[in-house]
Amino acid sequence: MLAYALRRLLLAVPLLLGITFISLMVIHLAPGDPVEVQTGDMTERNIREAYKALREMYGLDKPLHVQYWNWLSRIVRLDFGRSFAPDGRLVLTKISERLPITLLLNVIEMLIILSLAVPIGVLSATRQYSAFDKVTTIFVFLGFATPDFWLALLLMILFGVQLGWLPISGLRSLNWEYLTFWRQQLDFLSHLALPILVATFGGLAGFSRYMRQSMLEVVRQDYIQTARAKGLAERVVVGKHALRNAMLPIVTILGLSLPGLIGGSVIVEWIFAIPGMGQLMVQAAFERDYPVLMGNLVIVSTLTLFANLAADLAYSLVDPRIRVGRRR
Amino acid sequence: MRAFTRIGIVVGFATVALAGCSAENAPAPTAKSGTEVPAATGSTLSVGVMPSAAEAAQATTDKPAGDAKAAAAPKASGDTLIEASIGNVSSLIPNITSDSASHEVGDLIYSGLITLGKDLQVEPELAKSWSFSKDCLTLDFKLREDVKWHDGKPFTADDVVFTWEATMDPKVPSSYKADFQDVERVEKTGPYAVRVIYKTPYAKALVSWGVTILPKHLLEKYVKAGTIKEAPQNWSAPVGTGPYRFQEMKSGEKIVMVANPDYFRGRPPISRIVYRVIPSQATIFLEVKALGVDVANLTALQYRRQTEYPAFNKEYNKFRYPGAGYTYFGFNLKDPRFADRRVRLALAHAINKQDMLEGILFGLGTLATGPFRPGHWANNPDVKPIPYDPKKAAALFADAGWKRNSQGLLEKDGKTFTFELLTNQGNDERKKVAEIIQASLREIGIGVDIRILEWATLLKEHIKKRSFQAIVLGWGTGSDPDQYVVWHSSQAGPDDLNHISYTNPEVDQLLEAGRSSCNQADRVKFYRKLHQVLADDQPLVFLYWRDALPAVSSRVHGIQPGPGGIKWNFTDWFVPKQLQRYTAN
Repeated sequence: MLAYALRRLLLAVPLLLGITFISLMVIHLAPGDPVEVQTGDMTERNIREAYKALREMYGLDKPLHVQYWNWLSRIVRLDFGRSFAPDGRLVLTKISERLPITLLLNVIEMLIILSLAVPIGVLSATRQYSAFDKVTTIFVFLGFATPDFWLALLLMILFGVQLGWLPISGLRSLNWEYLTFWRQQLDFLSHLALPILVATFGGLAGFSRYMRQSMLEVVRQDYIQTARAKGLAERVVVGKHALRNAMLPIVTILGLSLPGLIGGSVIVEWIFAIPGMGQLMVQAAFERDYPVLMGNLVIVSTLTLFANLAADLAYSLVDPRIRVGRRR
Repeated sequence: MRAFTRIGIVVGFATVALAGCSAENAPAPTAKSGTEVPAATGSTLSVGVMPSAAEAAQATTDKPAGDAKAAAAPKASGDTLIEASIGNVSSLIPNITSDSASHEVGDLIYSGLITLGKDLQVEPELAKSWSFSKDCLTLDFKLREDVKWHDGKPFTADDVVFTWEATMDPKVPSSYKADFQDVERVEKTGPYAVRVIYKTPYAKALVSWGVTILPKHLLEKYVKAGTIKEAPQNWSAPVGTGPYRFQEMKSGEKIVMVANPDYFRGRPPISRIVYRVIPSQATIFLEVKALGVDVANLTALQYRRQTEYPAFNKEYNKFRYPGAGYTYFGFNLKDPRFADRRVRLALAHAINKQDMLEGILFGLGTLATGPFRPGHWANNPDVKPIPYDPKKAAALFADAGWKRNSQGLLEKDGKTFTFELLTNQGNDERKKVAEIIQASLREIGIGVDIRILEWATLLKEHIKKRSFQAIVLGWGTGSDPDQYVVWHSSQAGPDDLNHISYTNPEVDQLLEAGRSSCNQADRVKFYRKLHQVLADDQPLVFLYWRDALPAVSSRVHGIQPGPGGIKWNFTDWFVPKQLQRYTAN
């Protein structure tokens, strides 16, 4: 088990190198560079010299593999560098001020999705083709098919403009500093209500369908028949024997969605004016802010690799049928 | 407030070209020029709604609201003004940024030697007065002696010299370098006097000193070390001489500024400004409807169709004034067909520009007669738009040797008149312009193929290589009318901006004269003449100037819209006591 984990960790190193190098190449394929973006792509002839100097300052005049090497030799010392944007702040500072809100939003969203998707999936599987199954199927597919930004606008119009119950955008009211502690929390939560609602509605479909599918497979298994034949109550059969087994694929999917918790939802953040990771990355992409893009890539890809590993390990813990590293 | 002098045409091009690129479901790119917030609001919400000509014609007679209401209330200080911006603030030293959000905020924190007034005329700010030498090579400034930096230190001539040195320092990524490339040196001639010596006469000299002046005592060491971006003044503690002091910034969320009690023109009446970053134009509009935002730019559709109800008009005053960019239909003048002036004039007569303006912008724009903004001092009001006149167009074509063949197509020497019209992707407005051109020209027997290309491809593969026949694009204009780089025959090289390869000795001479004179009266003459010459020659078909359409809460009084927009007298805006909504302290 430990040896397996170590081997996987070692394998992650070349994988990360590959991911970052290919990413760097792809990023550089996009037309324009940071200097051009900052100074405009239509420049007067006689100030080209100044741009050349700037390009040298950023190290953009060097060949790509040298740029990669320079970047890599800093990153192993955990130096993510400074943003190319005019604020010139540390990449880690920029990421760390955007990360908490994205993480909070996505964790809450994920918890709500799970707590709704699992019961919905189980109920619609055990009552396949019932009215409940059909209604939830229609509902989750509606959620899946509804564009986020459109739903967001409708909800903003209803709750923000017409009824005036919830704030439309942002994270805090303007008078936030003057509120009492509990009022502040309430204010903050009311700002999060709509974004979470929109994100949950869209994400619910996938999980509840996976759950339903997985449950349908499990209830057809022989051991469920056995459990029923033993005379166990249906509640125990479904809730204990079936559900545990049906949760296995969900663990994998959950592991894979971990990096998404950090990446942020661009559309939700954009439309609700939430200063999170999604906005930061899109801005960095438009500005060709290579250090911020690469910094984020390293974090997200490292996390993906770890999440995969964790999911695999969790698998072997949860499911005795899967045992790693044991050969006949 | 100070409109930004820099970039002018150069970056303005990119801005205008990018304007409207933001689809509602894709984040908007950072607007680039200091002048173009309204243009960057995009036109995506106006898809598919075409008013009848009668409705739109009536609409154009609307007067800008607000003037009447803002009459008699007594001036009072207090209240908070909440502004919305689609772009993030990327830096608090405006000299090293080019995005509009940073400049709007920077304008409140810093001052320049000069500023621009209601009609875009130059007015004193940190400088009390100035004078040019006879040969226009020496510019002397006398500075105010009562100005203090926000940290209490006095402002002196050293700061002006330092600002120039910093801008030109190779390690400072400033996009203002072009404005000062003709400066030989800047000298301090007294504690409150500065002399600028130019290598060649430079018409934009005065306007270029609208650049924000930086505090030497705080920034010198960072400039010397090549780390100006890392200075605390760039992010968490900017120190300027302007009407508002920085209070706090939450990245990507908001910036708060408070009135500067020691401002050299007196404390501004509005106590606090909150600048909220809201990337989606649709969200900003909903915030406006819910009274969460006091100042925002509207799209043409919002202005015309979604705000015309009593409750909105009670809460907000809407303004409109010509924006800084115009849309044009341009030709590759190396193509012999377009090199013929009669053909260009015929094309100008064949397009119904008024219909175009009404159909696309609900009439919220001005027909363009030339490259100078309506109301700007360089604009020649005697130049009239070329009227829609298909008969005249047909006659001009016949004169140039183009005859209709049996299929009704224009033909000369056995070849029919067809061409390819290029424009950039993501700009719905330009796409519609191209379609209207296509439809109008079909009627007089010209075949037009429209091709819509991604911006970088269009620029690098077609415009720069001059491999195009005709284009629909836009130019942004700065506060100075010098457009040497766009029209002069020497500027037609592959990387230059005279894409259409225009050569006209008279235009060259007027551009040179206008650029090398520092006598305002002479310059007015040169540029108005230039306007006339360009209108007569139609090197490209000037289409329209899109209006900027801001809405401001009706509790704000003292706004005087002009060609320079509404912000030029921002420090005079106030909210009468009984209308104040927020208590600021």
